Amino acid sequence: MVKSGTLILEVAARLLVPLQLLFSLFLLQRGHDAPGGGFIAGLVAAGGLALFLFAHGRQALRALLKVSPRDLVGLGLLIGVLSTLPAWWRGEPLFTAQWWRIPIVGLEISTPLIFDIGVYLAVIGSVLTAIIALVETDRDDTIR
Amino acid sequence: MEPVLAVTIGILFAAAIYMMLRRSIVKLVIGLMLLSNAANLLVFVTAGLTRDAPPLVPPGMSMPAGVVADPLPQALVLTAIVISFGVLSFAVVLVHRAWEVVRTDDLDQLKETDT
Amino acid sequence: MQLAVLAGFVTAGLAPLLHHWLGARTALAMALLPASLVLWLLWQWPLIAAGETLLLAWPWVPALEISLTFFLDGLAWLFALLICAIGALVLVYSGDYLRDDPAQPRFLVLIVAFMMAMLGLVLADNLVTLFIFWELTSLTSYLLIGFHHTDPAARKAALQSLMVTAGGGLALLAGLVMLALAGGSWSLAELAGRGDAVQDHALHGPLLVCVLLGAFTKSAQWPFHFWLPNAMAAPTPVSAYLHSATMVKAGIYLLARLHPVLGSSDAWVVTLTLVGGLTMALGACLAIRQTHLKILLAYSTVMALGAMTLLLGIGTRAALAAFIVFLVAHALYKGALFLVAGILDQATGTRDLTGMGGLRHAMPWTALVAGLAALSLAGLPPLLGFIGKEALFSAVLEAPLLRGIALSLAFLAALLTLAVAALILLRPFFGARREMPRRPREGSPAMLAGPALLAGLSLWLGLVPHGLEVLVTATVQGLGVREAAVHLTLWHGVTLPLGLSLASLLLGALVVRHWDGLRARSARLEPFMTLGPEGGYGALMRGWMRLAEAQTRWLQNGHLRSYLVMTLLVLLGLVGHALFVRNGLSRASMPSVQLHEALVAALMVSGAVTACLMRSRLAAVAALGAMGFSIALTFVLFSAPDLAITQLLVETLTVVLLALVLYRLPRFAILSTPLRRLRDLVVASLVGGLVGLLMLSVLGGERLPRISGYMIANGQPLGHGHNLVNVILVDFRALDTLGEIIVLGLAATGVFAMLCLRPGSAADRRDEGPGENDHG
Repeated sequence: MVKSGTLILEVAARLLVPLQLLFSLFLLQRGHDAPGGGFIAGLVAAGGLALFLFAHGRQALRALLKVSPRDLVGLGLLIGVLSTLPAWWRGEPLFTAQWWRIPIVGLEISTPLIFDIGVYLAVIGSVLTAIIALVETDRDDTIR
Repeated sequence: MEPVLAVTIGILFAAAIYMMLRRSIVKLVIGLMLLSNAANLLVFVTAGLTRDAPPLVPPGMSMPAGVVADPLPQALVLTAIVISFGVLSFAVVLVHRAWEVVRTDDLDQLKETDT
Repeated sequence: MQLAVLAGFVTAGLAPLLHHWLGARTALAMALLPASLVLWLLWQWPLIAAGETLLLAWPWVPALEISLTFFLDGLAWLFALLICAIGALVLVYSGDYLRDDPAQPRFLVLIVAFMMAMLGLVLADNLVTLFIFWELTSLTSYLLIGFHHTDPAARKAALQSLMVTAGGGLALLAGLVMLALAGGSWSLAELAGRGDAVQDHALHGPLLVCVLLGAFTKSAQWPFHFWLPNAMAAPTPVSAYLHSATMVKAGIYLLARLHPVLGSSDAWVVTLTLVGGLTMALGACLAIRQTHLKILLAYSTVMALGAMTLLLGIGTRAALAAFIVFLVAHALYKGALFLVAGILDQATGTRDLTGMGGLRHAMPWTALVAGLAALSLAGLPPLLGFIGKEALFSAVLEAPLLRGIALSLAFLAALLTLAVAALILLRPFFGARREMPRRPREGSPAMLAGPALLAGLSLWLGLVPHGLEVLVTATVQGLGVREAAVHLTLWHGVTLPLGLSLASLLLGALVVRHWDGLRARSARLEPFMTLGPEGGYGALMRGWMRLAEAQTRWLQNGHLRSYLVMTLLVLLGLVGHALFVRNGLSRASMPSVQLHEALVAALMVSGAVTACLMRSRLAAVAALGAMGFSIALTFVLFSAPDLAITQLLVETLTVVLLALVLYRLPRFAILSTPLRRLRDLVVASLVGGLVGLLMLSVLGGERLPRISGYMIANGQPLGHGHNLVNVILVDFRALDTLGEIIVLGLAATGVFAMLCLRPGSAADRRDEGPGENDHG
C-alpha cells in the first residue's frame, strides 16, 4: 500500500489534491460566516493529502509538504496559543478576540481566524501523522 | 422525531456495550466506535431538534431571524467527533501493536501476558 | 516561638550533617535547642504565674481559618516545660546510650522532630493545627518504635501503635470538626468560653464520642492500652520520653484542654471516671504480673494515665489540682525510672527482674537514683509522689459521682503500685548477687545526670511544695476554675487519705512478699489473655487483610469485561433508581415523524446491529460506515451543516484507517460461551433501554433555560461571524477548542510513538517465542 501503482489513481491524485487543498483553504476562510472552519478544512486537506500519499508514496508526500506532519501539529498548537496573546498584551483576558482591518486591501484579520488556522494545521498534522505511521508499519510488514 | 431517535440511541448503546463486552479486542474497538457515535448523537438530540434552521446569521443582519437550532451542542459535538477520531486511531494502533507483540486478540490471553 | 518550632524541624533534618561534623557530641549540641526553650519558658514564668496567657498570632491559611497561632497559659506552659526539659535530658542521655549505634543520626532526626511536633501540639490554638501536630507525633512515634527496623517484633509493635493512634486520630479529626461547628470557632481559646453552647448543640453526643476515642487511643486507656507495653520495643530513651513523659500525655493534655468546654456534662464525668478508674486498676494488675523491667514500667504508666483520666473526670477543683501534681510527679519519677532501666540494661545485659540482684554494690549511684524515683512512684513521704497520691485520694473522696467505685479502684491501684515500686527497687539492687550476661558497672555521668536530676526534683518538690503551688494555681485557673488557691503540703494531719495510704502500704508489702507465688498463679490465666482487646485487635487486622484479599480477587480480577459489567450494573442501579423512584417517568409527547427521517433512523439501527453480527471484519467496517453516514444524514436533516460535513469526512478517514489496520488482524472468532453471550446481551439491553428511557424522560420533562441565547444574540455583533457554531468554537469557547486540539495532537503523538519509535526489532521477535526467531 505504499504506492498504488495504478496510473488512474496517480493522475487523478495529481489533479485532485491541489483542488482539494484549495477547497480546504476556501472552507477555512469562509468558516466564520458559513459552514466550514478549521476542523472541517483540516479534515478535507488531510483527506486530500492521504489520497496523494496512497498514490505517490510517503517520499513524494514529504517532498510536497516540506515538513513532517508532526511539526504541523506543533505549529498548529503554537499558533493557537499565540493567538491568545494579543488580548493579553492589551490588558484584556486571554482569548478576547481582536480585530484589525488592513486599510488598502480591505481584508479583516482577527485572532479567531489565526486560531482557526492553528486548528486547521493541528488537525492536518494529527490525521496525517496517524496515517503515515500506519503506512510505515505496513511497509515493515511486507518486508517481513 | 426525538422519541424515535431516543430509541435508536438506546439500541446503539446496547450494541456498543455488547461489543465492548466481547473477548476479541477488535470487537472492543468496534464497540468503542459505536459508543462514541451514540454519545455524539445523544448530546445532539437531547438539546432538541430543529428542522431547516441552521444556526447561521443571514448576511447583513446581526441576529438570525426567528428560531434557529442551538449552536452550542453543535459546537460540542463537532469537536467530539474529531476527538473521537483521534482516540479511535490511538485505540486501533494500540490493538495493532498488542497484536504484533503478543499475537493474540483474545483479551483473556492478553491478561496472562501481563506479568 | 513558632519560629523555634519550625527551626526545630529544620534542625532535626540537619542532624545527620551535624553528626558528620561533631560525631558523638551531636546529641549534646542538639540538646541546646530544647535547653534554650526551657530558658525562654522560665523567662515567661512571671507572666504565667500572674495567671495571664500569651498569644502569639501567626495566620497560616486565613481563608480556611487555619492559623499557626500559639497560646501559652498555665497548662501549655507546664506541658511545654516538661517536653523541653525532659527532652534535653533524654538527648544528653541518648548521646551515650546510642554511642556505638551507626543509626544515631536517624534517631536524633526522629526524636527532635517528635519533640517539636509535641511542642506544637501543646501550644497550638487552632484545632486544625492541633490535629496536624497530633498526627505528626503519631507518625514520628511510629518511626521511633520501629527504630530497630530489622526486628520483626519492633515493626509489628510500631504498626500496632500507628494503627491504634492513627485510627483514633481519624475519630479525633471528626470530633474536632464537629466541635468547631458546635462552638462556632476553630480557636481553643475562644471555645473555652463557649462550653454551654457546645453542650446544648445537637452534635454534642457524637462529638464527645469522637474526641474521647482520639484521646483514649493516644493515652492508652482501656480498651486501647495494649499498644503501650508493646511499644517498649523502642530504644529506652524513646520509651522514657514518648511513653512516659510526653506522647501518651497528649491525650491527657487534650482532655485537660477541652475540660472547660466539655467537662461539665454527666456523660463526660461518668465516662472518664469509669474508663480512667478501670485503666488505672487494670494497668496496676497487669504490671504486677510482669518480670520484664520495661514492660512492667509501661503497665505502671498505663496505671498513671488512668489515674489522670480519672481525676479529669471528677473535675472538681481539688481533682484538677491533684491532676497537675500527679502529672508532674509522674513525669519526674517515670522518666527517671525508664532512664535507670536503660542503664541497668546496658550494665547487665538483661531486662528481666528475676535475673538481677545485689547491684547496689556495683552501681551505688544508680541505686540511689532508682531508690528516690521508686519511693516517689510508691507514693511514700517525703517525695512528690506522696503528695500526688494523697491529693488523688482526697479528690476521689470528694467525687460527685461514682465515689465508691472510684475509691476502691484507686485503692487497689495504689497498693499494687506500691508493690511494683518495691519490686523495681528491691529486685535489682538488693538481695543476693546473681549471674548476669555482663559484668555490671556504674553508668556514665551523662547517662546518670538525667535521672538524677529528675529524681532530685521529685525529692525537692516533695520537701518544698510551695514552688509547685503557684504553678498548680495558675494551671487550674487555665482549666476554667476561678478562685483556685491551692495549698500543697506533706503533712495533712491524721485524715482518711493518710489512713488509706497506710493500709495500701501494708497490703502492698504483703504482695511483694508473695510475688513469686502470685505470678505463678496468674500464669495460669495466660490462655485467657488472648481474649482481651489485643486479641480483638489481632482478629480485626487478620479479618481486614482477608477482606482486602477477597475483594481484590473478586473485583480486581484483571478482566476488562468484569470491570465493565460491574460499572454498568452500578450505573443501572443508581440511574435507574433516580429515574424510576425519585423522578418518576415522564412521557415524551410524540411530535411529527416524517417517513424519510424514520428511514434514516432505521438505517442507523440496522448498521449498528449488522456491525455486531458480521463475522467478516470488512463487512463490519462497512456496516459501521453505513451507520456513520446515516448519522451524518441526521445532522443534515436537523439543521447542523457543520456537523454533517465533519461526520462525513471523519467517517471516510475512519474507514481508511480501519482498512489499513484491520485486515492485518485475525478474523473474528467466537470466544465466549452462549451463556456468557446471553448475559452480556442482557446487560447491554438493560443499559441501552435505560439510556433510551432516560432520553425520553429528559425530552418529555421540563426544559431548562438554554445558555446559548447570549451566543446567538452576540455572535455577529461581538464575534463578527455569521456561522454561530464556528464563532463558538474559535471565539466564545476557544479555550475548550485549544484543549481539544491538544488532545488530538497527543493522540497523534501516541500513535507515532507506538508505531515508529519501537525498540529494536530483535526485542520484538523475542516476545514471539523461540519458534519464530529466524532473524539475526
